Amino acid sequence: MATVDIDLPHVKDDDSHHHGPAKGLGRWLYTTNHKDIGSMYLIFSLCMFMIGGMMALVIRAELFQPGLQLVEPGFFNQMTTMHGLIMVFGAVMPAFVGLANWMVPLQIGAPDMALPRMNNWSFWILPFAFLILLSSLFMPGGGPNFGWTFYAPLSTTYAPDSVTFFIFGVHIMGASSIMGAINIIATILNMRAPGMTMMKLPLFVWTWLITAFLLIAVMPVLAGVVTMMLMDIHFGTSFFNAAGGGDPVLFQHIFWFFGHPEVYIMILPAFGIISEIIPTFARKRLFGYSSMVYAVASIALLSFVVWAHHMFTVGMPLVGEVFFMFATMLIAVPTGVKVFNWIATMFRGSMTFETPMLFALAFVVLFTLGGFSGLMLAIAPADFQYHDTYFVVAHFHYVLVPGAIFSIMAAAYYWLPKWTGHVLNETMGKTHFWLSFVGVNLTFFPMHFVGLAGMPRRIPDYALQFADFNSMASVGAFIFGFSQLVFIYNVVQNVRAGQKATDRVWEGAHGLEWTVPSPAPYHTFSTPPKID
Amino acid sequence: MQAKPTTNRLVIRLLAGAVFMFGFCFALVPLYDVFCDITGLNGKNFNRGPAADTRVDSSRTVKIQFVTVNPSDMPWEFRPTVRDLRVFPGEDKVTSFYAANPTGNWMVAQAVPSVTPFEAAPYLNKINCFCFDRQPLEAGSDVEMPLVFVVDPDLPEHISTITLSYALYDITGSAEVSKNSTSDDKGPASL
Repeated sequence: MATVDIDLPHVKDDDSHHHGPAKGLGRWLYTTNHKDIGSMYLIFSLCMFMIGGMMALVIRAELFQPGLQLVEPGFFNQMTTMHGLIMVFGAVMPAFVGLANWMVPLQIGAPDMALPRMNNWSFWILPFAFLILLSSLFMPGGGPNFGWTFYAPLSTTYAPDSVTFFIFGVHIMGASSIMGAINIIATILNMRAPGMTMMKLPLFVWTWLITAFLLIAVMPVLAGVVTMMLMDIHFGTSFFNAAGGGDPVLFQHIFWFFGHPEVYIMILPAFGIISEIIPTFARKRLFGYSSMVYAVASIALLSFVVWAHHMFTVGMPLVGEVFFMFATMLIAVPTGVKVFNWIATMFRGSMTFETPMLFALAFVVLFTLGGFSGLMLAIAPADFQYHDTYFVVAHFHYVLVPGAIFSIMAAAYYWLPKWTGHVLNETMGKTHFWLSFVGVNLTFFPMHFVGLAGMPRRIPDYALQFADFNSMASVGAFIFGFSQLVFIYNVVQNVRAGQKATDRVWEGAHGLEWTVPSPAPYHTFSTPPKID
Repeated sequence: MQAKPTTNRLVIRLLAGAVFMFGFCFALVPLYDVFCDITGLNGKNFNRGPAADTRVDSSRTVKIQFVTVNPSDMPWEFRPTVRDLRVFPGEDKVTSFYAANPTGNWMVAQAVPSVTPFEAAPYLNKINCFCFDRQPLEAGSDVEMPLVFVVDPDLPEHISTITLSYALYDITGSAEVSKNSTSDDKGPASL
């Protein structure tokens, strides 16, 4: 990060008599405080993470051995669909929005978000979106069973009746994301403390700024595509119905025009978090700050011209396949810049390995691994072999679980002392890390092998030769799933009591958020800090 | 925090951006059709009427194969009367497809064409096609449906075989609605 020298912490407690939080449930319902809303986002995301995780365990339990043991294939399909939807829209995205709510104002020296009331609204419509989505599981005909990519006409002509609830759920969570994104952009562009120029912004803020623009660009496209589905189902249009002159392949184009930027929405803030944590524990300034910013911006721009690499097998002209293949591979360049910058930051640093750093290091290694399998999938001629196999499942779980999820864990361990004022238990943190690390690799690494050998994704039963790797994956999934209980216990203990944290918390930490007391008071930076 | 005028302006612009992208999503539908029409992407075949160029290229022949597909819920019998034809580019050709409704109900069907290789799609012109209209059939009756087509002489040299595939969809449900309201018997305009 660029130089941020702090004059003095500007925190005033003298007028706390009317500035403290309200009491009771009303505090949470009516709050416009960025810290309250950030906490609610994070707690909501943790709940969704556990629900989506339980669905994953249903899937892994069924796949523990060949044959059908525990659930009906129809229910299995609902589990794979809901697991994907909940993890993407309910766990990862709200967690990042929660972190942005907490940290962006603190990192840029702003007293709150630019639009606090909209902030409250964008959070509070989210639980209802997921209530609607989850309730569809209990409806006649079951919940969504067409995969999280909901390809038409599977999700229109052949969908269960509850698909309408799914569509409204997606509309609501899309509105929530757009409002959140507008708020974050307005905050970053208009509320920076004097002297906090754009190229002094911490990288977490930069990555979120770019992510927010991505959200505004593609969430409306998602809303549009589900609206088209709604019209096809209920109003007799034929957007995706071949008999009426529509085209099912059009669905895939529109979906992935949203879907590919969406996967970067889930990873760019992670890049920001890792770029905060590694310099702290390497006790060196981030290597190549401006190249990091440009790399993130170019990844975001490239994400709009690579969508068709998800659909190489639909029958595209050769020119199209070649274009999307090379455009996709081009993304490896800015991503490589980031990975090398992180390594260069650590090079000859005085490294220590506290829990956040362990998660950050695992992120760098395992995300890169997921990136490499992504490059393999980008090779159009080879993709025909990998398409819709467990290799794809292994790839995107490597970038999302030890990628996005590990970065969120790292962020939680890194900033939690600032939020609660207590130091986390390192032993429990390290236990959580190692169980997660082993669990994740045991779960997802064997999937590469069964995928290359031809095991298709989204099936409740499989050929006998895949049995060993699948049982390994299931054991790993249960280790990973249950190790999250260590995290929850650790956090709960930390909120209730624990050793008092210092204001700076970590010896090597730099940035405005460490100049306010721990725990951060309800109102911070009411007078803007001075930055030279 | 009080919303400053600069913030308001920014928020309005960002909201407008979101609304624009929602509209853009719907604009992708016609854009996609135009794109497919130009490139022949996805084997979509929109060409109606005679080829712009009417000279017959008798130096080569092109083999046209006819394929029919019934989606799983379509009970009709549906097949080409000839499996394939050799034609000179530029020459008008007439062939036909046979359809029979073996069920006990009046039904309406719509045929949707697709051309392989995709590169050839822009060069196959249908002068008259049963796929231009909906095809109603009484219970137990059958029909021979005509197709008049011409291959554009500009067809690239390396293409010697074109496959024209028809999928026949049961659209009785939506046809009954329009039968009661209007006498519109035309298929989707884009076909």
